[in-house]
Amino acid sequence: MLLSLFRILVFPGLIFLAAYALLCEYIDRKVYARLQNRMGPPWYQPLADFLKLLGKETIIPADANRSMFQILPVISLSSVAAAFIYVPVLGASAVHSFEGDLIVVLYFLTIPTMCEFLGGWYSRSVYSTIGSVRTLTQMFAYEVPLFMALLAPALIAKTWSVTGMTSFYSEHPLYILFNIPAFFTALIAVQGKLERAPFDSPEAETEIVSGALVEYSGKLLALFRMSMDCELVVMASLISAIYLPFVTGMVILDFVLYFAKTLAVLLVLTLMRAATARLRVDQMVNFCWKFLTPAAILQIILDLLIRGWLAV
Amino acid sequence: MSKKFRRNRIELPIGPQHPSLKEPASFRITLEGEKVVNAVIGVGYNHRGLEKACESRNYIQDLYLIERVCGICSHTHSTAFCQGIEELAGITIPRRAAYIRVMVAELERLHSHLLWLGVAAHEIGFDTMFMYTWRDREKVLDILAEVCGNRVNYGINTIGGVRRDVDEAMLQNMSKMADALESQVKYYLDLALTETTLSARLAGVGKLSYEDALRFGVVGPVARSAGIAYDIRVTEPYAAYGDIPVDLVTDTREDVLGRTVVRIKEMLVSLNIIRFCIKNLPDGDIAVKAPLRIPAGEVISRTEAPRGENIHYIRSNGTDKPDRVRVRAPSEANWRGVKHMLEGGYLADVPITIAAIDPCYSCTDRAIVIDSGSGTEVKDWQSLRQYSISWYKKQGIDVSAVKIPERKYY
Repeated sequence: MLLSLFRILVFPGLIFLAAYALLCEYIDRKVYARLQNRMGPPWYQPLADFLKLLGKETIIPADANRSMFQILPVISLSSVAAAFIYVPVLGASAVHSFEGDLIVVLYFLTIPTMCEFLGGWYSRSVYSTIGSVRTLTQMFAYEVPLFMALLAPALIAKTWSVTGMTSFYSEHPLYILFNIPAFFTALIAVQGKLERAPFDSPEAETEIVSGALVEYSGKLLALFRMSMDCELVVMASLISAIYLPFVTGMVILDFVLYFAKTLAVLLVLTLMRAATARLRVDQMVNFCWKFLTPAAILQIILDLLIRGWLAV
Repeated sequence: MSKKFRRNRIELPIGPQHPSLKEPASFRITLEGEKVVNAVIGVGYNHRGLEKACESRNYIQDLYLIERVCGICSHTHSTAFCQGIEELAGITIPRRAAYIRVMVAELERLHSHLLWLGVAAHEIGFDTMFMYTWRDREKVLDILAEVCGNRVNYGINTIGGVRRDVDEAMLQNMSKMADALESQVKYYLDLALTETTLSARLAGVGKLSYEDALRFGVVGPVARSAGIAYDIRVTEPYAAYGDIPVDLVTDTREDVLGRTVVRIKEMLVSLNIIRFCIKNLPDGDIAVKAPLRIPAGEVISRTEAPRGENIHYIRSNGTDKPDRVRVRAPSEANWRGVKHMLEGGYLADVPITIAAIDPCYSCTDRAIVIDSGSGTEVKDWQSLRQYSISWYKKQGIDVSAVKIPERKYY
């Protein structure tokens, strides 16, 4: 009981997640800055930003729904932390797993987006309303290819558990090769989920100031930002658990390998962010439905064929 | 937050304070979904009364004011002003001075266009290009600082020529900079034409056809991107432009991508002009003596600013102070087309469409009387003072004892 609590709250649970999220934000910002020929922030900048925001005054708009406005960041962060319980960190072992936890993870990961939408909607500001509508529009575009890309490997592994998939693919490493299209589909779709360039129109600074979260400040904004950072870590961990399921069996090596894999995913995401301009939301929806979704569908067909071929 | 929902329409205020605006201006955008159905543009937050202030100072003092009409294209304003006065006084400036004016003007165009490119990239969320162009802009600013002593507001023009000479080392640094910058500018041109997300955001945005460009009377890169071959450097050469081959860059895209391409290509032309000037810089004096009192008369002087045609009108009454100075900055002409460009576009394209005319709000703002029929009135200085004294009296403060010295500013 105590050990489970430790695993949920400290390692590899909430505290580890938060610490690694801040580190990832630092690496993301530093690499982004170096790619742009800038110095970038010092290593403690994300932590300093977080602590400073915690100490700032929290302003709630007069028109806003107070209770919803305050509770949404908490729900957002807790759902991301809950999703992380089912994602393997050390080798193929998550804090907890059961058959079908992949669906639960995807469900939990949808909640932060919904929280952002509702947060913007309840702010009753014209900028945040437009940002919210864009958040939701964008969600309908990336969610389908992202889910299909993440579910396709499950067809070969014949399990709906992330842990199960990791252990299956680590035993049959060659099958990973079949999932490469889904890997890239997921990487691009995640960029939309995390609202990073080229899919950052929901928080386009130069158009709608910062979109759905424009009215948030102080502690509430700190929690929202923390949940975004954690979401990045959870997505990177999930992608590396499903598409890069290399496991050695030794705890320390696995730990190092986990960092190597997630940071590799993070670097690809950062590179994408640095090399593109922001697409309009209609262009983003077009791109997702014209290119990403067909790619994900082809991946599912491919995996179904392989599954049939394996069964013979 | 003012907000009106009428027939699914949202009115979105962009400005006077907004992250995409570098200076205050107000855009009230009426949206239907993401489509812009109406745009109301309000400028006038930056009025500084420079034209009026010029009338109470002598010509040499006015140079300092005119230099500060615009922070980015300050040289083109002082060139236009000096040219006008030189024409009134019947002075011909030395060839060397004319060449130095051209060199500084082209350096200014380079840094202005690089700045614009960065701002435009930032407006469409491409911050990497923003950082790259502003890094390269530093090279130009370093040369400007070396030649003029200042990074902006160069202060090199004077009536009758220029104030500083260039030496061999400066020219060498300049040509080194030109070589280094050329490859970068070519890279940006390549990027603008081939990078998918960039062209997706720029092509077809903010359309202004050839006919509309003529109708609204837009100038500079906005006009040239619509195919209008109009550049004061070519059509009415001033300073040393008569001797120098200037390629007139036009484009037929009529959109923001066209304006981007025109500006990048103009940077290449500017580099060539600078190289030509370095090679053919004549020897001699850099200035001739100009009289303090300028003969009575009036003159119109035009230059090609980075943003387009810049017109100065100066009327002299024979004293050492001008009777009237009128500055028509290029942004003042380009404003007319913005409403037309915005309507029918997407909200996401509003910032880049506004940025594409390279607006300069403080150059443009003039005192205007708005809606004079309904309660608005124009007060002169004395009645305004009386009004403020009575206003403060109502608050319990008596300021009528304060004496202000008689000055002929107003």
